[in-house]
Amino acid sequence: MIQVLTFYLFASIMIAAGAFTILARNPVHSVLWLIVAFFNAAGLMVLAGAEFIAMLLVIVYVGAVAVLFLFVVMMLDIDFAELRAGFIKNFPLGLAVAVVLLAEIVLGMGAYRAGALELGTPDGSGAAPAGASNIEAIGALLYSKYLFLFEAAGIILLVAMVGAIVLTHRQRGGVRGQNIAQQIARRPEEAVVNTQPEVGKGVSL
Amino acid sequence: MIGVEHYVVVSSILFVLGVLGIFLNRKNVIVILMAIELILLSVNLNLVAFSSFLGDLTGQVFAMFVLTVAAGEAAIGLAILVIYFRRRGTIAVDDVNRMKG
Repeated sequence: MIQVLTFYLFASIMIAAGAFTILARNPVHSVLWLIVAFFNAAGLMVLAGAEFIAMLLVIVYVGAVAVLFLFVVMMLDIDFAELRAGFIKNFPLGLAVAVVLLAEIVLGMGAYRAGALELGTPDGSGAAPAGASNIEAIGALLYSKYLFLFEAAGIILLVAMVGAIVLTHRQRGGVRGQNIAQQIARRPEEAVVNTQPEVGKGVSL
Repeated sequence: MIGVEHYVVVSSILFVLGVLGIFLNRKNVIVILMAIELILLSVNLNLVAFSSFLGDLTGQVFAMFVLTVAAGEAAIGLAILVIYFRRRGTIAVDDVNRMKG
């Protein structure tokens, strides 16, 4: 019984939060509603027995992506009221597209109820080993069968990081930066000079 | 009892909300990016639900890859947004026509 209750609680809060995300007037509120939606989706995933993905969702989304969104929203000085101008105008078209998409999915569900296609069953290569916890089983699968995909995911993250830095980096004029080539090329013999100045006379540096 | 169909319904509603968000906030690219995150979240929910339904962990592994791509997409998207704002002083994207594509 408690599973049913929890499922409906998480699902309803998640859908409400998703609706508020796209309807909120203030983008800061949108980001906060997005965080609520992600938390509840993580709850739904825990309910389905996928603890690892759920925790990953909380860490990656709430810890990194949502903070990134908040940072950008607050850093840019934007007149959000002006951006809302086309909201009413776009509403009928958006609603029509959404209704069509939902109708398609509902149609698919109805057809599934009437009798599912035989698409085959999993061959068991991805089945969780008996007695292993969720994270153990995912690790065993990820580091054996999907090792190259896992490394490709790492490369994607690296490229995204380099790309973001390259895009937003800007060279400012009028600052005295470090000239690393000059620093490395410096030798002791040109850096240190022995002089014997006469008494009472200074040294020119 | 809660079955995989409940999960599919919930994730499809979330997906449709994401699509609706893209249409409603056509000018505000930040909310568009958030709507894309909602769409990817609904896809992840679907993958996890079917992975649990079929007893096959491949779905969860792919949900992780979707998560990776979503994080990279958010980082690159926001970086593009920042330089766009720096050049134009606004983030209204309904008149992005500099490149005359």
